[in-house]
Amino acid sequence: MPLYYDDDQTMLAETASQFMGEEGSIKNQLRHWRDRDCKDGFGHGLWKQFAEMGFTGMLVDEDDGGLGMGQVEAGIVLEEIGRNLTPSPFLSSSVLAATALKHGSNDVKGRWLPDLISGDKVYAMAIDEGPKHRPERIATRAEKSGNGFRLSGKKDFVVYGASSEMIVVAARTSGSDDDKDGITLFAVPQDASGMSHDSVRLVDSSMASHVSFDNVELDGDAVIGEVDGGRAILDAVLMAGRVGSAAEGVGVARGAMDMTVDYIKQRKQFGRLIGEFQALQHRAAHLYSEVEIARAVTVKAAQLVDGGSEKAELMTSVAKAKVAKAAGLAVREGVQMHGGIGMTDEYDIGLYMKRDRALQEFLGDQYYHAGRVAELSGY
Amino acid sequence: MSDSDLEAFRAETRQWLEANCPLEMREPVRDEEDVYWGGRNASFKNDAQKAWFEACRQKGYTVPEWPKEYGGAGLTPAQGKVLRQEMAAINARPPLSSFGIWMLGPALLHFGTEGQKQRFLNEIANGEIRWCQGYSEPGSGSDLVSMQTFGEDKGDHWVVNGQKIWTSYADEADWIFCLVRTDKDNKYQGITFMLFDMASDGVSTKPIKLISGNSPFCETFMDDVTVPKSYGEDIPGYVGEINRGWDVAKYLLGHEREMISATGGGDRATSLGAVASRQGALDPVLRAEIAMFDVDALAYTAMSEKFMDELKSGKGHPAQPNMMKYAGTELNKRRNELVMAAGGSHALEWESEASNGGKAARGWLRTKANSIEGGTSEVMLNVISKRILDLPGA
Repeated sequence: MPLYYDDDQTMLAETASQFMGEEGSIKNQLRHWRDRDCKDGFGHGLWKQFAEMGFTGMLVDEDDGGLGMGQVEAGIVLEEIGRNLTPSPFLSSSVLAATALKHGSNDVKGRWLPDLISGDKVYAMAIDEGPKHRPERIATRAEKSGNGFRLSGKKDFVVYGASSEMIVVAARTSGSDDDKDGITLFAVPQDASGMSHDSVRLVDSSMASHVSFDNVELDGDAVIGEVDGGRAILDAVLMAGRVGSAAEGVGVARGAMDMTVDYIKQRKQFGRLIGEFQALQHRAAHLYSEVEIARAVTVKAAQLVDGGSEKAELMTSVAKAKVAKAAGLAVREGVQMHGGIGMTDEYDIGLYMKRDRALQEFLGDQYYHAGRVAELSGY
Repeated sequence: MSDSDLEAFRAETRQWLEANCPLEMREPVRDEEDVYWGGRNASFKNDAQKAWFEACRQKGYTVPEWPKEYGGAGLTPAQGKVLRQEMAAINARPPLSSFGIWMLGPALLHFGTEGQKQRFLNEIANGEIRWCQGYSEPGSGSDLVSMQTFGEDKGDHWVVNGQKIWTSYADEADWIFCLVRTDKDNKYQGITFMLFDMASDGVSTKPIKLISGNSPFCETFMDDVTVPKSYGEDIPGYVGEINRGWDVAKYLLGHEREMISATGGGDRATSLGAVASRQGALDPVLRAEIAMFDVDALAYTAMSEKFMDELKSGKGHPAQPNMMKYAGTELNKRRNELVMAAGGSHALEWESEASNGGKAARGWLRTKANSIEGGTSEVMLNVISKRILDLPGA
């Protein structure tokens, strides 16, 4: 398979680019909802449009009413989301939760998937416990209780958690906190008694919850997959989410870079365009190189995930780390090369810096993933 | 070609490699003798090297994607990729390395006459003639077009005088493709891309000893060298048109940059950390640095794959080789810095048997040239600025 888009993918990219550039633009979405202090952090109208475009269920199997596409296609949409900083629950609902639900029984799928595909409901994913991503350790517990379970614990960084009709929760059903096995995934409905949200606004204007589970009673139907068999599903969810957030990061990097390169072609100082100065040219060219490489490895990782390759896990971590490095560089150089105006809220470049910061932390930063690359490579 | 045809080709290729690639040829290249360059004076290191070369030559696999009539196997880009993947999977060494394959060949395929292709491409594919490249001059490094070596027109031949520098393996090469000024009044359109025998009267070479202690490059002197304008029917002694050699040179520089970016990174598919940690536990901060390097190096393998895919399908940006060259060579320098750090005092050994003749230290020093030869990193960044980012006045 060549490492560029085929005709269908190219068409999807054009469609997504146009849609996100218009409907999902910074002015129409991010600034619009932020300036109105929207408690959801995204627009439900736009989410319905996502559904009309077929984006919401793109990863859902055709048999279950979706489009049966893969990570490459989801990445195409996410890259455009990144370029336009479009706030949406696409990553949490249509990538993370949808990937988890793929492993559910027909009953579980039937209960949750139709509303996801139609855009009527959004779902979230609860993994992290503490400020850093460390999914190897899961302390939130679900004890057997009658025919069901009783869930107790705390989750952090549950993106759009308070606005979600259901949260997929990774909990421990056996073993100790650091065990690999003994994990079960649960579909916890919004109205579950004993679940409470402390919903906070993050630096990038998105919303995330600290979620507390205080003896939340769940029936057996809430289980996704097998009891104690959740680690493999969680790994699949993490892989999809990481390669997806890498794709969004590529979009953030490209958006920031394009804006900056355009700016230095227009801004004049000392009677010259600042883009004429070699001090800026070489930095811009280096940035271009880094962003190109990050983009290539992200598409590669997505292809490997879609192909079920044994290298998918390694290259997904490579992609997540590489994108973090490249996008971080793009936003830092972006603000610096914009000069004073880059520090103003009025100018968009700072918004890229904020989104990049949040995306860096989502599902593991460059340090976490470089560490994984080392472990997976045997050192 | 359909996916199933391609998979059939893969299976066939795997079988062919299994049957024809000797086990000794599936080991990493350890020293210069492990590389077969071909040429009039070539000799094989051992029977395995010879058997592998012969098998590939007969199959057209020294230049798999060249047309069959010029000694190749006529593979499609997709088939070529499959062959490369399958060779990489068993660590097969290249059967033949040469500047003819990497540089002159692509130039002839693009600019050459039918007669030139028939003669020179077949000689290259069969490993009969080893070529070297005469571009840089002592006063013309990054500013290549300022070169002075002059060919005086004598009707059916030129008389060439001047000096080239950094001619790779000129002391072992049979023929040279050489940029020669043929019009002193026209800077860009006054250069001819000549082909001549290194055994011609008036050609002499002198190896240049590098900081690595090795001498892969020479100075090449031309003192009243006669270069015929024709070597026979439809075989001009120059490529492209007279006074238009700069077009060929520019095209070739692109190929040189591809080549350096493709080979310059060493064995990037292998994790540096996995290799380095075999010698003992890594300091935690060094381990972290190496992990960050491995992220960049593995990401670059994907970029290389994408670059090659786009190149073969004509999709890539024409200036993209400059980006590849910049990123690949900078990465290789970083890799070798880390190899030295991981190796500690053992890596300092310059001549001992244990160090394989100072392989680590000499290799480390050699990589410093990667970001100078074939266009410096700074020139690459200039080209990206101007041609890709379209920045003003660059």
